[in-house]
Amino acid sequence: MNMQRFTHKGLAAAAFIALPSLAMAQDAPAPGFDEIGPYIMTTLLFCMAGFLVFFMAAGFAMLEGGLVRSKNVTMQMTKNIALYSVAAIMYWLMGFNLMYPGEFNGYVGSFFVTTTLDPVGVAAADAALDYASVGSDFFFQLVFVAATASIVSGALAERIKLWPFLAFVVVLTGVFYPISGSWQWGGGWLSEAGFSDFAGSTVVHSVGGWAALAGAIVLGPRLGKYGKDGKVNPIPGSNLALATLGTFILWLGWFGFNGGSQLAMGTVGDVSDVSRIFANTNMAAASGAVTALILTQLMYKKPDLTMVLNGALAGLVSITAEPLAPTLFGALWIGAVGGIIVVLTVPMLDKLKIDDVVGAIPVHLFAGIWGTIAVVFYNGDASLGTQLLGIAAYGAFTFVASLVLWFILKATVGIRVGEEEEMTGLDMAELGMEAYPEFSKG
Amino acid sequence: MKLIIATIKPFKLEEVREALTGIGVRGMMVTEIKGFGAQSGHTEIYRGAEYAVNFVPKIKLEVAVSAAMADQVVDTITKAARTGKIGDGKIFVLDIQQALRVRTGETNEDAL
Repeated sequence: MNMQRFTHKGLAAAAFIALPSLAMAQDAPAPGFDEIGPYIMTTLLFCMAGFLVFFMAAGFAMLEGGLVRSKNVTMQMTKNIALYSVAAIMYWLMGFNLMYPGEFNGYVGSFFVTTTLDPVGVAAADAALDYASVGSDFFFQLVFVAATASIVSGALAERIKLWPFLAFVVVLTGVFYPISGSWQWGGGWLSEAGFSDFAGSTVVHSVGGWAALAGAIVLGPRLGKYGKDGKVNPIPGSNLALATLGTFILWLGWFGFNGGSQLAMGTVGDVSDVSRIFANTNMAAASGAVTALILTQLMYKKPDLTMVLNGALAGLVSITAEPLAPTLFGALWIGAVGGIIVVLTVPMLDKLKIDDVVGAIPVHLFAGIWGTIAVVFYNGDASLGTQLLGIAAYGAFTFVASLVLWFILKATVGIRVGEEEEMTGLDMAELGMEAYPEFSKG
Repeated sequence: MKLIIATIKPFKLEEVREALTGIGVRGMMVTEIKGFGAQSGHTEIYRGAEYAVNFVPKIKLEVAVSAAMADQVVDTITKAARTGKIGDGKIFVLDIQQALRVRTGETNEDAL
């Protein structure tokens, strides 16, 4: 079983209490590898996995850049680099300590407690030897919250104003995500109840999906997406090569997302588990993609690349709640169900006139719910009732809180560009800068 | 002087250009266009939603030649551009009232 994320606070405190006795033993030998090895290895895991998850920001940017029209690409790139950066600052300002408050009431921790790193050249006696350095832990956790915000930007592309979107990201990454995250990974009430979400099918992906769904409902569809007679008008993306590159980058980043969530690499068991997670993660993505490929061929007579890309991502989201326990065959069928969900729910959202430009809601919310349920098939400690409780709790909190915030933003500053701006494209209307200035208008 | 306007399938452009230079045509104007005719449009599916492709990509070719040469040019384009399948395109022949070469000031047939 994976170590609960919240335990490191307690362990650090234990190390601190043990400090005076260690300090008195002046001529004690330098700590051996048995003592400091796990700390070094786990810190290394967090750093490397953190780099990989960081790169998912590039994956989201390319996926979204490829699936929007060329007149909105500069804006989409602007939102992606801005949301990542805003998330990084908000997580320092309050997010990290709100999400990992140590001892707390199980529902909401303290606000505005900034993150403090280990001192420069920290001595072994002062480090959290049973866990990892604060810097690596903080960095690894903050790249997750950025992924949540990226999910929202894709769904709301091509019509939302830049600044209201970033205002939402400030609250999402500084308040909503850390509060709900603390319920599980911070050792809060859902973790006490026995909810299980290894790397965040619900805690990260569904949360992003719920926030995106609320936003898409309040914002409304893009102009021309739905005809008066209920007809759905596809709006093809500008560059499927970029969208494919983005998907591959996300796939790569997911090894860090799930593998790093082992939260330990100091033993043979832990390092084997990390590699086990890599193999399962890869399998789920592959089966999600193949399923979408076959299903679109059967349903539409031609495979749809954009659905295959979504299928791979849905496979990844599906395995994220339990990437360790399943066999490779288990990962295969869990991912395949994710692929089916995406292919069936993308047209379903269109029927409801909810315009999700990149398929973020089917991929991250619907497959996230599935992945959270699927935990019960291979993890004997999880129960269906508790999994459903967790899904419902995250859904209710994030959806309602997001809905309220979107409505407030809509009523005060407005969240949507004008019709003419939307037709011109956000690049020229809001930024005065085109992604491809030397190409003729299509 | 005649202006011959031909719409052809895009992949036929090189064949048509070779055939025309082969009979002595010394210049042409080429534009990428979209349009529909007998071939009409067709439907495609993107992310589960069907949409109509009403305009098919074509190449528009414009060739200005002496009246004496016009029939031969029309014949040559027809032979080179034909696949026998629907959507091969159309050819229109118009009279040219005046022509002038910008560099030298030559006019009409001398300018072609």
